[in-house]
Amino acid sequence: MHKQSLFHISKREALPLHKALLIRGGIILLSLVFCGLVTTVLTGENPFSVYGTILDGAFGTSRRLGVTFRNVAILLGISLAVTPAFKMRFWNIGAEGQVLIGCLATTACMILLGDKIPNILVILISLIAALAAGALWGFLPAFFKAKWNTNETLFTLMMNYVATQLSAFFIIVWEVPKGAGKIGIINQTTKAGWLPELGNAYMLPILVAAIMTGVIYIYMQYSKHGYEIAVVGESQRTASYAGIKVDRVIIRTMVLSGALCSLIGFILTSGVDHTLTTTIVDGRGFTAVMVSWMSKFNPFIMIAASLLLVTMDRGATEVSSSLGLNHSFADILTGIILFFIIATEFFITYKVSLRKSGKKEG
Amino acid sequence: MFDFVSFFPRAVMQGIPLLFGSTGEILTEKSGNLNLGIPGIMYVGGISGVIGAFFYEQSVGSGELNGLLAVLIPFLCSLIGSLLMGLLYCFLTVTLRSNQNVTGLAMTTFGVGVGNFFGGSLIKLTASEVPSIALGRTSIFFKTALFGETNGWFGQMFLSYGFLAYLAIIIALGASFFLNRTRPGLHLRAVGESASTADAAGINVTRYKYLSTCIGSMIAGLGGLYYVMDYANGVWSNNAFGDRGWLAIALVIFTIWRPSASIWASILFGGLYILNIYLPTGGQMALMELYKMLPYIITLLVLIVVSLRKKREDQPPASLGLSYFREER
Repeated sequence: MHKQSLFHISKREALPLHKALLIRGGIILLSLVFCGLVTTVLTGENPFSVYGTILDGAFGTSRRLGVTFRNVAILLGISLAVTPAFKMRFWNIGAEGQVLIGCLATTACMILLGDKIPNILVILISLIAALAAGALWGFLPAFFKAKWNTNETLFTLMMNYVATQLSAFFIIVWEVPKGAGKIGIINQTTKAGWLPELGNAYMLPILVAAIMTGVIYIYMQYSKHGYEIAVVGESQRTASYAGIKVDRVIIRTMVLSGALCSLIGFILTSGVDHTLTTTIVDGRGFTAVMVSWMSKFNPFIMIAASLLLVTMDRGATEVSSSLGLNHSFADILTGIILFFIIATEFFITYKVSLRKSGKKEG
Repeated sequence: MFDFVSFFPRAVMQGIPLLFGSTGEILTEKSGNLNLGIPGIMYVGGISGVIGAFFYEQSVGSGELNGLLAVLIPFLCSLIGSLLMGLLYCFLTVTLRSNQNVTGLAMTTFGVGVGNFFGGSLIKLTASEVPSIALGRTSIFFKTALFGETNGWFGQMFLSYGFLAYLAIIIALGASFFLNRTRPGLHLRAVGESASTADAAGINVTRYKYLSTCIGSMIAGLGGLYYVMDYANGVWSNNAFGDRGWLAIALVIFTIWRPSASIWASILFGGLYILNIYLPTGGQMALMELYKMLPYIITLLVLIVVSLRKKREDQPPASLGLSYFREER
């Protein structure tokens, strides 16, 4: 009566790191081959020339190289920012809104204070305003989660759109020229509130992301806070038996997470794009969630993961523009790579063995 | 003056895609699967229907469309497209036990990409001047009012919609009946509350999760189809669907996981979505953007109030977002 399933699935002992990395590397290669096939099927191009175009699009000229690494830095920064909360098993998918509200706060300072007080003060006040706004966006869901166990995934999701509509509101309030429905480049002539360039236009975000990588690594690995986060993530009960104030850890970590997200927002508006649109974050808040998770919350693996996704994104943009396709092609490729990586986790965590046929049990 | 009789049908037409989406997502979430891929699935449901209709219109050429086929082909294509997405989600989260949030977000990226990519490709095929595909001939069949031409305020408010709108309401009522009044519905809720308890009671957890998620995806996909074929008069333009998928997920929370409540709530959300056009803003365009924030704010408040009151029947399914593995304690 009872049908035996064909496979037996059991939990594996933890794989040694090099073996797990080898499997992941292999899967990423496989997913790239598959992406090439999909591209060939959809466009009829030779897969090797497609890869050539992808690499050319991402690294072909020094300008492209710069943009690619700057985008890596932005994505990496957001991924790092969401990591402490995830490690605590707090499913914050509101990074999109937390970054955007940082952009909005920065924009407000640049427009309202620009040219009225010294530039350095404008930048400082923008930074503080952005951090405060992001901290608030992180505090609200955390507070309700800690006090009344309100579902944080749904809460943070809604906060994204509150931030979006708030930005849309202020974009129209500050639109230039009236009726244009957009802000355009802020303080284009005076460059008030613009972050200074370090060497070239790409260096500053890269530097910030590099510092953040180190700081987050140390914070998570070697600080008391990092330890508390890990314990709360493993088991809230254990944490409270051990005398950790779970409420406080949740709120503190999310405030930090939100503030770091809006730090990236500050850099986006003040140092990179010098404008505010409702799509300035461009889904990277969501992508960062996936980057952080598939890197197992390890900051250094996140560098590689961000690089992979940004390369594919920039490359696919090049492929689609050279073949006259739609930019969304990049999203399809990103999706495919993510599916491959998501599926691999199963084979790293679990062991699948065929059942001996013929021997019917039970 | 505020003209409610003309406002109401527009609110309904805004609300129907949300109703499809939220009914699908409620069925899915009742099995404990938090499918954040719904926005992507609705895109795929929409574009699959468009592709079906496009090739049917092409194959007929300038001849007369067969009404039945013109409806059936996009309808089935849409169902198949969103079924595939649902299967992919189930395979990753149920069979391979992946993290549901990550899988869902990846599905949304992928689904929106698929929608816009194939939309873009079809636009190229038609070599038209505007960046959109117009399937007006198919749309006529979707838009035909089910009860014929009606006059008077009652007809305009309740009898003036295409068949998909009524289907959405029937599906929502059916889902509500299924969840609350039938044994499989009870089993499904048990799976969502505690998969291990359900498993111990002899319920096939995997089958329930697969079935409810796939059927939920297909229902949600119809929301995309309704949007293109009925609301947008058969015109597909990339990204036009916007963030309605997320609004559908908000609706799930707002109705506290009750499909029957979704019927009026979706119309309310639809109304809030377009209220800005009807409210006097005194030429203040900016205020319109603030009105659009209302659905999200209201949803947040409901979410908070529900968790404050701690009424047991109002809570999200207890194992929402968790994968089930029998051998784990």
